[in-house]
Amino acid sequence: MIWSFDIIILIFLVITAVIALTVKDLLASSMVLGIYSFLICILWAEMGAVDVAFTEAAVGAGVSTVIMIATVFQTARKSKD
Amino acid sequence: MKPMKLAALLTVIATGGLLLYATSDLPDWGDPLSPANAGDLSTHYIQDSRDDTEVPNLVTAVLADYRGYDTMFETVVIFVAGLGILSILGQGKRVEPLAEPVASEGNRERDMITITTCRLVVPIIQIFALYVIAHGHYSPGGGFQGGVMLGASFILIALTSGLPDALKRMSQERAIFLAGLGVLIYAGTGLLCMALGRNFLDYEILHKVLGGTGVKARYDSMLIVEIGVAFTVMAIMFIIYAVLSSKGRMRGGL
Repeated sequence: MIWSFDIIILIFLVITAVIALTVKDLLASSMVLGIYSFLICILWAEMGAVDVAFTEAAVGAGVSTVIMIATVFQTARKSKD
Repeated sequence: MKPMKLAALLTVIATGGLLLYATSDLPDWGDPLSPANAGDLSTHYIQDSRDDTEVPNLVTAVLADYRGYDTMFETVVIFVAGLGILSILGQGKRVEPLAEPVASEGNRERDMITITTCRLVVPIIQIFALYVIAHGHYSPGGGFQGGVMLGASFILIALTSGLPDALKRMSQERAIFLAGLGVLIYAGTGLLCMALGRNFLDYEILHKVLGGTGVKARYDSMLIVEIGVAFTVMAIMFIIYAVLSSKGRMRGGL
């Protein structure tokens, strides 16, 4: 476990989480959530949980981002609150 | 600020504070004496899984053999989730995939560069997905990851060449059939163990069917159930995308 590496990733995690919550454009929000998943994937790979990291990369950063973007395209693009 | 929002903010802050407070009770990262690492069960997995199953990747052994029930019902959860999305958003009646996109439905100019690139990339993704499924005993990966990648390759076709093109390769009926087949393979392996006189998903007895020793039977059965998981996950991932991107009409798409 590399502390400095972890802390950089964790800071970025918080930043992406706040952006995903505050941004009004839901398409941008889904993409930022994809980045969030990928950062978590890096964190898990670095902690030695490679199986989990692999799943997170495939499901979280890959397919679920695409599915969320597909949903945004078919519903509303702008968030109301 | 509205009172409801203020109440929600206070609740979130209180919950977050409690969670942060609780983390001080957690063992250190990688602590060999923590209950999760030093318990009887974990010690058994770590020390004996190689002798029990011959599988070098401990995670696969735990996932597909020791905790076979967990993985089976995870597969069932994915299956049910896909059926739920299909029954809520789908049109219900059988929809024939169209050979050519209708002029009014998603018939925008397709870019030749993206289509050609994806044609080149999709076979590589699928081969790598098959490798991930088959090599799950030795390296990270297995049915879930490989199945998601197979599903993603079909989603990539749908994104670039259009949903009708992807549905020609993986129609709704075929996807539902494959999803059911995957659960059937997994549960059928378990039922076969019962038919041979052991507990559900106790693979050791399957050496009567698969040949070899009991240990080898556990090794082989894990691959069989991983293939079942991969079928279900692949089909359901594609179904979810197809239904959501076309509002259930299964044509047009993005």
